[in-house]
Amino acid sequence: MKILNCPLNGPRPVSEFFYWGEVRPMPNPATASDDVWADYVFNRNGAPGVKKEWWCHTPSNTWFIAERDTEKDVVVRTYFYEGED
Amino acid sequence: MPWRLLRFALNKKHPEPRMFNFHEKLKSSYDVVIIGAGGHGLAAAYYLARDYGITNVCVLEKGYIGGGNTGRNTTIVRSNYLTPEGVKFYDESVNLWQDLSEDFDLNLFYANRGHFTLAHTDSALRTMRWRAEVNKHYGVDSEVVGPEVVKEAAPMIDISCGGHAPILGALYHAPGSVARHDAVAWGYGRGADQRGVEIHQQTEVLGIDVVAGKVKGVKTSRGYISTNKVLCAVAGSTPRILKMVDVKSPIYIHPLQAMVSEPIKPWLDPILVSGSLHVYISQSARGELVMGASLDPYELHGTRSTLDFVEGLTTHMLEMFPFLSNVKVMRQWAGMADMTPDFAPVMGKTPVEGFYLDSGWGTWGFKATPVCGKTMAHTVVNDSDHPLITGFSLDRFRNYALTGEKGAASVGH
Repeated sequence: MKILNCPLNGPRPVSEFFYWGEVRPMPNPATASDDVWADYVFNRNGAPGVKKEWWCHTPSNTWFIAERDTEKDVVVRTYFYEGED
Repeated sequence: MPWRLLRFALNKKHPEPRMFNFHEKLKSSYDVVIIGAGGHGLAAAYYLARDYGITNVCVLEKGYIGGGNTGRNTTIVRSNYLTPEGVKFYDESVNLWQDLSEDFDLNLFYANRGHFTLAHTDSALRTMRWRAEVNKHYGVDSEVVGPEVVKEAAPMIDISCGGHAPILGALYHAPGSVARHDAVAWGYGRGADQRGVEIHQQTEVLGIDVVAGKVKGVKTSRGYISTNKVLCAVAGSTPRILKMVDVKSPIYIHPLQAMVSEPIKPWLDPILVSGSLHVYISQSARGELVMGASLDPYELHGTRSTLDFVEGLTTHMLEMFPFLSNVKVMRQWAGMADMTPDFAPVMGKTPVEGFYLDSGWGTWGFKATPVCGKTMAHTVVNDSDHPLITGFSLDRFRNYALTGEKGAASVGH
């Protein structure tokens, strides 16, 4: 069983977590062109690398960020979201 | 007689024909370079050579022939999809499968078994009815049947699934089949090789040369090749290749795991799929039960397998077939599935001239191997998308014109 470190609850089995994809800035829907919006809605950075991802610890509904190497499946660190860099 | 045997074995007049030729060096240029020597890439090479006489073609493979998702799928062939685009496309593929063994002079062990997609809820049954009507409209053999038909076809099944999820009916697709997946890659590979196509294994693509929006060449671990046409058929590695040509796509990679049991006496003729229980199962010609579930829940560019998968899959499997509790799991593995948001593939031309995609094959690519080869060969030769694949173009996302195939994906995602 893979263990993920929840910033609130500590190390928990990965089956308690929900993965919600890479952290991506959203363009302003009111001003974005159709192309920019389609790019945001559909396109993904599918290549391997260390990515910042949204995860949720479902029993406690705790959302947080995990930095994870998607090639080696190694979590570098987890922390609460603190706004855009 | 051993002496006589030796005489023939050592006689150069009776050489043992090799499946594939080995090529010491890459040439400096090819008419077409295909990345990926899996079923799809080799099928495209085969049809380029056989139907269009284009043989100055090289197939580059980082690993070995058929070692990716071609050798990792659960070998099911069917055409009971949901969208008109999907049904027409997969039906053409099922037709091509029929005489492939003869075409290759190689036994693919293509076995027509019949395919049941089980419904455990009213809403699932409604989707099945919808699929059956779309299928019938396009002449595909597909019908909704009651639980008694399932029980008759697979007498060992517990139709109530342990009381948790009683089977209310199923979508029955008589042409559903299984085939030996490795042999498909070998057959296409040998056919292409015999016609002059070069297959280079252990050759990794490091970069693609694009000048003014046009493909000019490919950098490989064994040297540079100049070419004007590149076909990318690399399944789970698609995003890595797209990065080289700077093309954005919605493709994301999740592993899909599968496993086989020890071989047991034949008891299961049809192929059974349950989306609600996340299970699909068939029995191979060797007696092994070939089983799969759904995608792993998060992105990963690797082929590690997990115990969680075996636990989850066997729990549901035992609800359907309680008597399997004493059967041992023999091995498990994973493949990298290139998923798309609408569960339809991404095929055809791209914004880069001379760069063609055969991708987004997620968890549904094996059955499409022949038709992909055929349509991609046409697309590469004519530099225009084959009519059967226009619904699968990369443009559809930018145009908000998706080809929603999720209802027909064989497993719950």
